[in-house]
Amino acid sequence: MTTRIVVISAGLSVPSSTRLLADKLGDAVAGAVRARGQEVAVEHVELRPLAHALADHLLTGFPTGDLARAIEAVRHADGLVVVTPVFSASYSGLFKTFFDVLEPGLLDGRPVVVAATAGTARHSLVLDHALRPLFAYLRAVVVPTGVFAASEDFGATDDGSLDKRVERAAGELAALLGDGAGPAAIAPSRRSVEDGFAAPTPFEQLLREASGDSVHRP
Amino acid sequence: MQIGIFTVGDVTTDPTTGQTPSEYERIKATVAIAKKADEIGLDVFATGEHHNPPFVASNPTATLAYIGAQTENIILSTATTLITTTDPVLIAEDYAKLQHLTDGRNDLMLGRGNTGPVYPWFGKDIRQGINLAVENYALLRRLWSEDVVDWEGRFRTPLQGYTSTPRPLDGIAPFVWHGSIRSPEIAEQAAYYGDGFFHNHIFWPAAHAAQMVNLYRERFEHYGHGRADQAIVGLGGQIFMHRNSQEAVRRFRPYFDNAPVYGHGPSLEDFSEHTPLTVGSPQQVLERTLSFREYAGHYQRQLFLVDHAGLPLKTVLEQLDLLGEILPDLRKGFAEGRPAHVPDAPTHASLIAAAGGAKDVTVHAEDTMTGTTDRAPEAEEVSA
Repeated sequence: MTTRIVVISAGLSVPSSTRLLADKLGDAVAGAVRARGQEVAVEHVELRPLAHALADHLLTGFPTGDLARAIEAVRHADGLVVVTPVFSASYSGLFKTFFDVLEPGLLDGRPVVVAATAGTARHSLVLDHALRPLFAYLRAVVVPTGVFAASEDFGATDDGSLDKRVERAAGELAALLGDGAGPAAIAPSRRSVEDGFAAPTPFEQLLREASGDSVHRP
Repeated sequence: MQIGIFTVGDVTTDPTTGQTPSEYERIKATVAIAKKADEIGLDVFATGEHHNPPFVASNPTATLAYIGAQTENIILSTATTLITTTDPVLIAEDYAKLQHLTDGRNDLMLGRGNTGPVYPWFGKDIRQGINLAVENYALLRRLWSEDVVDWEGRFRTPLQGYTSTPRPLDGIAPFVWHGSIRSPEIAEQAAYYGDGFFHNHIFWPAAHAAQMVNLYRERFEHYGHGRADQAIVGLGGQIFMHRNSQEAVRRFRPYFDNAPVYGHGPSLEDFSEHTPLTVGSPQQVLERTLSFREYAGHYQRQLFLVDHAGLPLKTVLEQLDLLGEILPDLRKGFAEGRPAHVPDAPTHASLIAAAGGAKDVTVHAEDTMTGTTDRAPEAEEVSA
């Protein structure tokens, strides 16, 4: 079974250092998964072309076109890499909007590499102060290594170099993805709307639940 | 096939004039729109229930009873009656009363409501929305079908020896539709009871409606109420017409661009592509509406939204004139290719016929102190 990786990047310029980092991470994850004997497919989702569709989604409540396709890609991804530029000491609004419009439960248990770019290394704690809490709320599993790249990192080659951090994060994600037999160690904890359509809860059970009986589904 | 209109009763500034109707004007306009709908031969008028500005759609049964007194044939319904925050004991009374006042010319559509603060205002918890809909409706059914109810549940005070009055007219409870945009549990509920299922349809991509309707149809068959294509389905729709289609777009665009729900978002053209919104000539509205069957199957009720976003009453009445003109073609189109085994939406008359006739089910109280009764001799049954 092919392991599906979706790399989401929220850079605004073309080309952007955010996309540059996303490419590095995508390649590294692909290499790390292949090294474990698995086939892998990496799909890149740039949020910039989806900006209007994301604003429309906020106002109408449903996705259209390429945004709908991007959300479907995330729904079927085994693992994610997410990369944002730092804006005002946090992830960008565009980046956050994409995760705001995902239906609850979509990322439950999903392994994720968080990454960010900025002009200066002074912003590097954004990974731990902003991105990790966001993905904890979304019940994703964030790998231990986050990757932060300041402009200067794209020229440095010493021991703490960007490539080493990228490799480490990619290896951690590949390890979490397991042997390819199924997505990950941690099962989704919530039923999504799509789950509800695929396997509707029988009405007798809804009646029991309404009266406060919290019997777990098989 | 029933064809009608539904309204949410929004008080919205007309973006082309800057004028905002008063509550009085909007409420009276709602009545005028309903009377016009009856005049042009529409089958259904439905009004929403909201408990916050900018809506005037609280207390739908008062509105419907008032309209019922001034109309002849039109079925009076809701879009929707809030089954979550309204006490089911009051729903049982109010809609049975409305039956008696309008000679059975009403049904109702249940919904959960999407305004967060309404739940706490009525002492409820929005996170219990599904559970409230399930428990409250189960009680509502018992209040209509059983003369004396002993009941205990989770969300309201218990009932001991309670009789809801008046009893349903002719012993037949109002037909119930369940409305939901995206909750499979509500499609399941409608299917379980063999009730109708209505998808709001407007403001949402066709795929949402198709997914919900198909689930409801499958589960309707699963629960043994008939074949999937015999389930009772209703859809919304949103239209604006002019004989010249480009003029329709030109006139509706300022209302679209500033509409409370979707305004300042996608273009009218994009939104028309993704949702049932149809702005154009009467012929275009006719063709688009008939195309809903391609993903929803042959269905029973089509309701149009014609009066929101600040459209003035005069414009709405003109829209209804145009709708009246295409009504015969709509009916003809819906009848084409419709298999004989696909039923019409139940009405009071059809439900009486299915029950084998009307019954007076008045519950007569007896005075246990004196042993006297107000029960008339031999008043058990009347003919249909």
